Amino acid sequence: MAREKKTVIPHRHPMPVQDPGLRTRNFNEVALGYGEEAAVAEAARCLQCKNEPCRQGCPVEVDIPAFIRLVAGRDFAGAIKKIKEKNALPAVCGRVCPQENQCEKYCTMGKKYEPVAIGRLERFCADWELAGGVLPQKTAPPTGKKVAVVGSGPAGLTCAADLAKLGHRVTVFEALHVAGGVLMYGIPEFRLPKAVVQAEINNLKNLGVEIQVNAVVGKFATVDELLEEWGFDAVFIGTGAGLPHFMKIPGENACGVYSANEFLTRTNLMKAYLFPEYDTPVRVGRKVAVLGGGNVAMDAARTALRLGAEESWIVYRRSRKEMPARLEEVEHAEEEGVKFMFLTSPTRILYNEDYWVTGLECLRYELGEPDSSGRRSPVAIAGSEFIMEADTVVVAIGQGPNPLVPRTTRGLECNKKGNIMVDPQTAATSKPGVFAGGDVVTGAATVILAMGAGRIAAKSIHAYLENR
Amino acid sequence: MYRIVKKEVLAPSLKLFVIDAPLVARKARAGQFVILRIREEGERIPLTIADFDREKGTITCVFQEVGKTTRELGLLEEGESIKDFAGPLGVPSHIEKYGRVACIGGGVGVAPVFPIARALKEAGNEITGIIGARTGELLFWEDRMRQVCDELLVATDDGSYGRKGFVTDLLKEAIEEKGNFALCLAIGPLPMMRAVCDLTRNYSIKTVVSLNPVMVDGTGMCGCCRVTVGGETRFVCVDGPEFDGHQVDFAEMARRSVIYRPQELLALERHGGRGAHRCSCSSGGEM
Ligand SMILES: Cc1cc2nc3c(=O)[nH]c(=O)nc-3n(C[C@H](O)[C@H](O)[C@H](O)COP(=O)(O)OP(=O)(O)OC[C@H]3O[C@@H](n4cnc5c(N)ncnc54)[C@H](O)[C@@H]3O)c2cc1C
Ligand SMILES: Cc1cc2nc3c(=O)[nH]c(=O)nc-3n(C[C@H](O)[C@H](O)[C@H](O)COP(=O)(O)OP(=O)(O)OC[C@H]3O[C@@H](n4cnc5c(N)ncnc54)[C@H](O)[C@@H]3O)c2cc1C
Ligand code: SF4
Ligand code: SF4
Ligand code: FES
Ligand SMILES: [Mg+2]
Repeated sequence: MAREKKTVIPHRHPMPVQDPGLRTRNFNEVALGYGEEAAVAEAARCLQCKNEPCRQGCPVEVDIPAFIRLVAGRDFAGAIKKIKEKNALPAVCGRVCPQENQCEKYCTMGKKYEPVAIGRLERFCADWELAGGVLPQKTAPPTGKKVAVVGSGPAGLTCAADLAKLGHRVTVFEALHVAGGVLMYGIPEFRLPKAVVQAEINNLKNLGVEIQVNAVVGKFATVDELLEEWGFDAVFIGTGAGLPHFMKIPGENACGVYSANEFLTRTNLMKAYLFPEYDTPVRVGRKVAVLGGGNVAMDAARTALRLGAEESWIVYRRSRKEMPARLEEVEHAEEEGVKFMFLTSPTRILYNEDYWVTGLECLRYELGEPDSSGRRSPVAIAGSEFIMEADTVVVAIGQGPNPLVPRTTRGLECNKKGNIMVDPQTAATSKPGVFAGGDVVTGAATVILAMGAGRIAAKSIHAYLENR
Repeated sequence: MYRIVKKEVLAPSLKLFVIDAPLVARKARAGQFVILRIREEGERIPLTIADFDREKGTITCVFQEVGKTTRELGLLEEGESIKDFAGPLGVPSHIEKYGRVACIGGGVGVAPVFPIARALKEAGNEITGIIGARTGELLFWEDRMRQVCDELLVATDDGSYGRKGFVTDLLKEAIEEKGNFALCLAIGPLPMMRAVCDLTRNYSIKTVVSLNPVMVDGTGMCGCCRVTVGGETRFVCVDGPEFDGHQVDFAEMARRSVIYRPQELLALERHGGRGAHRCSCSSGGEM
């Protein structure tokens, strides 16, 4: 494509979505994805910039201009192959990456017009491949080395895929009964269909990766035992940030108060939205208050509507601008009727004589001076207490690392928050042969950062095994 | 898949399974539990490890049919399999030489008490076992308990077997007659554990209880199993299941254990739930 001949198309091609009125009554995927024509037309918007600014915004450096050029030329097989050189889970990333802060943020088109819809194009390519059956990938001859991967979230899956391609024998140990981590238990079906996640995981199995579910490391075996008794030559820890934080305010253990993890796990992993066909129950009242402003909070609020809540509220301490959730999720939540209460934080959860939630006592806040992160920190307004009715409360204020593995592993250094400490260049921990990455290292972050960490770890595990 | 290698019907609604689960058996210790899921559409439910055989790679569980999932489990036969079985979960019982120890099991709680009593006995303690059930038909493992106890006292609520009365009556007598225990361990329905704690508080006997809140993952990820112990929120699946009974907020636990009662009843009804035992004295789930 000769750059100078291009006519600029200022707006990105819209992605078809399920009608907001209908979609709050089902758990089907909201964003429906580009068709071939829309994808090719969107790809044609790309300027093929020589300096590839978009790539710097992608934590795994997908060769964005190259794959988009292939889409524009209708070589979809070539495009997905190009993406997969860098990204093992494109159908997932294309859907859930916060693109507006990553690849698309740096897109040249975005300076004057709307950025190229890189994420949507990535998703298109991945879905195109999944629909037609995934092409087999090449693996190197067996090295005879064994690696254990603890946790099957994006970090563990990426690390496992890369190591398997290099010829190592990889076993993934997952505590839950299915692999996928947050992709399975946290992010809802309507945003990331579970069949898509499982299809990506099947790719891994085709590479020869063994996945052992129901395997809680630290319980059936410790990391030390995996190395000493089980014959693994190296271990990667990608156990995520699964420990739910609570507000530590009175009333938080009342019936009807959920952590977002519980609310979403019941609904997604255990499919409580299909109760009683599925056995796990979940309870959503008439008026739901979700505490927090990130992706997790949006997911909980949107899930509550689908479960039949009449009103679903986001209660957030700061203002709209500071909300860490993906833009698309906030927009979708609004379209669906989720309501927002900004600059508000609860001080107490109220309950009745049966210990069931009846509401929240809240304080109003105003924004003060910017804090160390550059965000203006909220300051409580004295005497501004008010009562908000609610019969379900979902606490979505963040998660910490699960302490199970750190607690049971000899000589594994962690920081004050309990995150495993690693050398960021190599993902090596303080313990020889043990590497770590993803949310357990960084704290709750993003899918693509976890994948990037898994990739770095795979590289250095490979080097470590070569030198042994 | 995890195969049921042996099934025993201890009473019409009380069953024992020996399950092939070598990875769990390898590391299982007294006081720990498993979480199982029967099939794809099933829920995850915890059961205590009542015994384990490292050589054979098996785990023994005893369960009471109280609702849909436990009833469905009870319908499985030897040779059939359970889809998921994860463990050993929770912190093992703390075993040391205390001296005179009372091990109290109520209802299906006798099963989890047994391996702990055995471990305490092996550590050189003098064990007074106290077991009880609503009625004689529901009493099991008297023989096994006798083997690991120096003395075994038995009660039934209706007097159909052993002494008529509650385990707390026998405990009180044992204390009055022979003096204080160094430790009291109580596992059973919530009201029973609570009654034991109320009693032992008067005698300042350290009392350990094994809590059974509603759980989902069992790995500390969801917070569903939280209880208040000594004014602090703890997650039973990873911090427990055993706690100092005198510090536990039993009233809160009882309220939380019936959160899903309406859904549970609906599920049981749909299952064709005829006459599954529901203990009227218990506001919480039974052990
Ligand atoms: C509701 C929700 C919505 C989100 N939305 C987005 C989004 O839109 N975009 C985005 O980029 N990011 C999003 N995130 C964040 C993203 O999902 C995480 O950053 C990412 O999944 C972290 O990957 P990970 O591999 O480090 O860990 P996880 O995905 O947390 O996986 C860890 C796995 O390890 C397992 N495990 C833990 N302990 C053990 C053990 N002892 N033994 C064996 N297995 C163990 C866990 O069961 C889990 O399966 C969201 C997170 C949540 C909770
Ligand atoms: C650590 C632990 C160990 C246990 N060990 C045993 C045991 O050895 N033998 C035994 O018979 N029972 C045991 N239980 C209780 C057992 O898990 C419940 O009886 C079972 O889950 C009930 O399921 P249901 O569908 O048959 O009944 P339902 O009708 O669904 O529930 C009946 C009651 O059981 C409790 N319950 C329901 N779902 C759960 C759940 N997911 N997790 C925990 N409790 C639940 C609730 O209090 C509920 O009111 C244990 C519980 C815990 C937490
Ligand atoms: S992986 Fe994420 S950041 Fe990278 S190109 Fe794809 S959507 Fe953009
Ligand atoms: S910055 Fe934007 S326009 Fe330029 S190559 Fe990347 S995607 Fe295309
Ligand atoms: S059962 Fe989920 S944290 Fe304990
Ligand atoms: Mg049930």
